[in-house]
Amino acid sequence: MLAEYLPVAVLFVIAFLFVALSLLVSSKLGPSRPNPVKNAAYESGIIPDPETAVGGSRFPVRFYLVAMLFIIFDVEAVFLYPWATVLRDLSWYGLAVMGVFVALLFESYYYVLRKGGLEWD
Amino acid sequence: MDWLDVLIIVAVAVGAFALWLVGTALLIWGERRVVAKMQSRVGPNRLGPAGLMQTLADGAKLFFKEDIAPANADRWVYLAAPMVSAVVALVTFAVIPYGGTFTIGDRQISLQVWDPDVGLLWVLAMGSIGVYGIVLAGWSSGSKYPLLGGVRSSAQMISYELAMGLAVAAVFIYTGSLRASDIVANQAGTLFGPIPAWHVIPMAPAFVLFFISAVAETQRPPFDLPEAEGELVGGFNTEYSGAKFAMIFLAEFMNVITMSAVLVTMFLGGPNGPLFGPDIVRAVLPTIYFVVKVGIFLFVFIWLRATLPRLRYDRLMDLGWKVMLPFALLWVMATGFSVVLRETTERATVIRAAAIGAAVAAVLFFLAPLFSRRASEPGGGGGDGGARPLDDPRPGGEALPERAGDRPSTDRPTEEVGV
Repeated sequence: MLAEYLPVAVLFVIAFLFVALSLLVSSKLGPSRPNPVKNAAYESGIIPDPETAVGGSRFPVRFYLVAMLFIIFDVEAVFLYPWATVLRDLSWYGLAVMGVFVALLFESYYYVLRKGGLEWD
Repeated sequence: MDWLDVLIIVAVAVGAFALWLVGTALLIWGERRVVAKMQSRVGPNRLGPAGLMQTLADGAKLFFKEDIAPANADRWVYLAAPMVSAVVALVTFAVIPYGGTFTIGDRQISLQVWDPDVGLLWVLAMGSIGVYGIVLAGWSSGSKYPLLGGVRSSAQMISYELAMGLAVAAVFIYTGSLRASDIVANQAGTLFGPIPAWHVIPMAPAFVLFFISAVAETQRPPFDLPEAEGELVGGFNTEYSGAKFAMIFLAEFMNVITMSAVLVTMFLGGPNGPLFGPDIVRAVLPTIYFVVKVGIFLFVFIWLRATLPRLRYDRLMDLGWKVMLPFALLWVMATGFSVVLRETTERATVIRAAAIGAAVAAVLFFLAPLFSRRASEPGGGGGDGGARPLDDPRPGGEALPERAGDRPSTDRPTEEVGV
């Protein structure tokens, strides 16, 4: 049963070793002469804003909205995959049921669209 | 299963790994050469024949560079992010058949690392995990530009993942299976005459949707906003250097190859093609077909970069959400409908229904201008209402002054002054 996953496990091990060894080797090979200016965050040459430290940064709330909408439609796509494989057996019934589901989803999509949820100003 | 089976598995995995790694090196070199030619430059031509060794030299150089981490960075996440990106890129191609099947002794070897039931969902799943690599790289750098680049690219990737997922769903419906080998097998033979039964013909809209999404997913021009050099320096990888940067770079280019390979697998018959000659040629030919087909797509990716200017971010999101998503949804339902129709109804009935449908559509097409003219009359019920936000205070059908002469001159006091 688990042997089915052996090929991808082998590939994963190869990939992980390749990446980890690359990073390890390079950290030994390269020089290490840090200084405060070199280690400062890059902000086009000016002194970095302390707010940009990890956890302190802000970005437009739009991206949050996109993430929420993505969840909705991605879950829909996930529902479509098992349906796609058995559609031939379900025939018209399956098509009708999924049609209702997609129509309901499309209605909320249209609502978000008219509400301006997809506008980037 | 004995040691020989395990050996075969390891050999096939190493073969795929080597093919993709060499392909990446060649792609980086090829991109620089082709773009240079398109811009009347020479490009890298010093190391090896025609500069072939340039990528190797660049990689070796990066390994000897100092590994700089910004003082603000979250150390462990900063280290983990390029590893996530690279490992994900290196396992995504597991499900892609990169050659045919051949027999050695009594064992059948198929040149595909892994052929699970979930098939190409693996590619989508790994693509989603790849977003983590990017957003974590941007976040953990503790710097302004990488953060903005990180959220930008994650928003872009998830937006286009929707259209991509739906385009894939259409192919799954058409094939009735998610397994990569089934999808390839479904494209064997011919559709009619000498035309191969590749999905690109019956599934042309899904192909277009998938191709555009693939360009956006791999963040290639014209959708390379996360790296927009003019505004974000380099996007999420700004603070990376040395081997960590090399890993991010490797992952990006490898994803381009993987996406091209997925396109070939789903729409262009994968390693399918005419087989001839002795056994040894028959064993090698599918891999050659596969490499050539992928190469064509890689050239198109490079071509796009040299040709098209970068999109504006709002237009990028508009294209993904307002055009591709509804169209993909529509195409999925249309595919489902036609598949069920073909399963349940006789051919003659289908053709008769299609003829009636086409006639109705034609009549509607010619009648449409009549209705639209009536709708756009003043007070005719808001003919321009489609694009207006809901909170717009204007009453329903009020006609707006269109021509400059209609407009009171006090409305625009400063436009012509001082130019």
